[in-house]
Amino acid sequence: MKKVLMGNHAISIGATLSRVQVIAAYPITPQTQVVEKLSEIVANGELDAEFIKVESEHSAMAASIGAAAAGARAFTATSAQGLLLMHEVLHWASRARLPIVMANINRALAPGWTIWTDQNDSLSQRDTGWIQLYASDNQEVLDSLIIAYKVAEQLSLPVMVILDAFVLSHTYEPVEVPEQSEVDKFLPPFNPEWKLDVNNPHAFGGLTAPNIYMEFQYNHHNAMLKAKELINKEGEAFGKIFGRTYGNIDKYKTDDADYILLTSGTLARTSNIVVDSYREKGIKLGNLRVRTFRPFPTEEIYDALKKAKKVFVVDRNLSYGHSGIFFEETKASLYNSDLDIPIFGFVTGLGGRDVTPELITEIVEHGIKSEKPENDVIWMGVQK
Amino acid sequence: MSEKKRRLKLSIPEQEVMRPGNLACQGCGASLAMRYALKALGNNVILDLPACCWSVIDGPFPYSSVGVPLLHMAFETAASTASGIRAALKVLGKEDTKVVAWAGDGGTFDIGFQALSGAAERNEDIIYVCYDNEAYMNTGIQRSAATPYGAWTTTTPVKHFKKLPKKNIVEILAAHRIPYIANLNVAYPEDFIKKFQKAMSIKGMKFLHIFSPCPPGWKMKPDDTIKVARLAVQTRTFPLYEVEDGLKYTLNVKVNKPKPVIEYLRLQGRFKHLTEEQVSTIQKNVDEEWALLMKKIDKE
Amino acid sequence: MFKPGKKINFNSAKDLPPTPASVGDMTHNFTGSWRNLRPIIDYEKCIDCMICWKFCPEPAIFIEKERPKIDYYFCKGCGICVTECPVKCIAFEEEGK
Ligand SMILES: Cc1ncc(C[n+]2csc(CCOP(=O)(O)OP(=O)(O)O)c2C)c(N)n1
Ligand code: SF4
Ligand code: SF4
Ligand SMILES: [Mg+2]
Repeated sequence: MKKVLMGNHAISIGATLSRVQVIAAYPITPQTQVVEKLSEIVANGELDAEFIKVESEHSAMAASIGAAAAGARAFTATSAQGLLLMHEVLHWASRARLPIVMANINRALAPGWTIWTDQNDSLSQRDTGWIQLYASDNQEVLDSLIIAYKVAEQLSLPVMVILDAFVLSHTYEPVEVPEQSEVDKFLPPFNPEWKLDVNNPHAFGGLTAPNIYMEFQYNHHNAMLKAKELINKEGEAFGKIFGRTYGNIDKYKTDDADYILLTSGTLARTSNIVVDSYREKGIKLGNLRVRTFRPFPTEEIYDALKKAKKVFVVDRNLSYGHSGIFFEETKASLYNSDLDIPIFGFVTGLGGRDVTPELITEIVEHGIKSEKPENDVIWMGVQK
Repeated sequence: MSEKKRRLKLSIPEQEVMRPGNLACQGCGASLAMRYALKALGNNVILDLPACCWSVIDGPFPYSSVGVPLLHMAFETAASTASGIRAALKVLGKEDTKVVAWAGDGGTFDIGFQALSGAAERNEDIIYVCYDNEAYMNTGIQRSAATPYGAWTTTTPVKHFKKLPKKNIVEILAAHRIPYIANLNVAYPEDFIKKFQKAMSIKGMKFLHIFSPCPPGWKMKPDDTIKVARLAVQTRTFPLYEVEDGLKYTLNVKVNKPKPVIEYLRLQGRFKHLTEEQVSTIQKNVDEEWALLMKKIDKE
Repeated sequence: MFKPGKKINFNSAKDLPPTPASVGDMTHNFTGSWRNLRPIIDYEKCIDCMICWKFCPEPAIFIEKERPKIDYYFCKGCGICVTECPVKCIAFEEEGK
């Protein structure tokens, strides 16, 4: 059924269709409609779940960990300061190998107080061992939640589904809402092998000595690598049922492109418009949207970029004293390959500053004109 | 002697759920507390354990000593994690399984306090246990909000011993009006187990506060654990009472002829430096606190 | 009495559970080796009150034929039983003497 949904409601409906059993969440702008809508859904008996109205995001994640460890499908949603507060227990969730799924709405960090979008909140969680998927429209938000559980539960890994504040969270878009019966066919009930079970007691997460700690990390890393295949595989399987296919990357006219924009989130949609206008002018521009940030799809990115002459990475985030983070990751992951093309890193749109087609056009113009990037950070739209 | 009629009558359950071989120090009150608790709880229970001595006592991977499912968790999350486990059991139709958060005083009075207050306000159906050894022992005896006036710890060295009183955690929980709160003591196993059993029979949030001596942390002989714990009650330092619904106070062990508090202090090196005057300050505080408590005790 | 357990070794990442999960108890860890002093019950004097059994933290005292019996595999030698015995029938003797 087609509905017109704001991103936050797409999240709530995605979680509902995934038949989540325990929700523990704490409100924060721009996520509040998620908790409000889910409270309503649970209160109306439309979803057989327990909603724990915790007193903080740290407790939201801790409760999710307890719930998942006891064998329930757990869900939470947060943003910015809330995500940062969770940081310690994000590590715990992934090392405990619990397939919790969380929606994070990308909001810039304070001070100064801000509620508008950029990606520094989620990218600061890069090394927490979570799978990170960046969505670019509300349909994808809903679909990604369902796929996330499917991937998470096969690999015992948590997944963060990430979307831009306001640009998606509060923007209404037409969304095809799948039938529950179809979703049930795609996503079987959660039934983990290892759980807190009084008939088969184990202690989880005890003291782990140097002689064996590293082997757990080795397995965790390998599970992350396996996620690259599985995200594509389940994204295709989803497509067979629902007609919408997802993968680690999303290529837009990159196959024959001389210049390729590398983007994520809603920046990708703006960039596609710019690609079309360049194509009209006969300039072969393409856009590579990176959907999976962790695990990093190095091989697929290499394949998509290997025939290009230049790459323009657009980052709505910044690692202070270094560069934009997608830029840094792309550059680093290609360093040992045979690809020897200039990769430009543009930083823009921080704290929700609008990234318009005109600004993306400026980026492309700058890149085409320059032989090499003059810097690791090329600021765009900043009032120097 | 052999003709003596042996009909054993045990005052506490014989079953042992906890296993020996654990890593607690000699004479550890926290170890004994878990042993008693599991006697009462049996096997149909799930524990969650924030960072504390028990994270070590239980044993390293791939071992565990408690004999029931246990989730190790971050230091400040005992109550929130237990809330999550409880919710999961509810949707999974396993409501008869008890959920126990087992935390130290640091994890309860200090860093985990927010989560505890949250769970209490939500009246979560869990048993929250705080074994109180009056300092951060796992990290090597640093003061906590549970460290009493006068005590030495590594962060309240003798020259600057703790001059602040112990936080009254029971009163704070009572202010949350939760169904059941009790003080327990390892020297009083029958009372201890009865309180666990009572907690198990009540729905909603239960808070059990266990007096739990720590020989290395209190600088005392390990064989004095029970003696010191008993003296804490007999000197009225640690009254054994319970609070129902935040309002109904019951004294479980009467102390009609209290011993002077010095008898309790004397056995512990952590109080060795105290002057006579400081000891009488402690005595005065104990007397005042007792009088305050007596005003609240229900006298049927 | 608890049977002495066995050590469990994992030498390969392939054999591990996804997260550190216990698959055995600590009864392979004979904490009896921590002991400097050995509690010895004089059964002639013992009145079977089971107070020692009650207060042993390990547990390293168990009940056999209605009498307390110390499990020296696990007794850490804390001396609580010695101190708490109401008829003082538990001697505390130096190990290896
Ligand atoms: C966030 C965090 N801060 C600090 C620590 C270090 N730490 C571990 S246990 C502990 C003290 C525990 O004290 P308490 O709760 O009283 O338990 P005890 O060790 O005394 O049994 C501390 C400070 C930690 N694990 N996590
Ligand atoms: S330090 Fe104290 S509380 Fe910790 S194990 Fe030793 S005796 Fe027990
Ligand atoms: S000395 Fe301590 S550990 Fe040994 S039997 Fe007696 S009480 Fe138990
Ligand atoms: Mg402590």
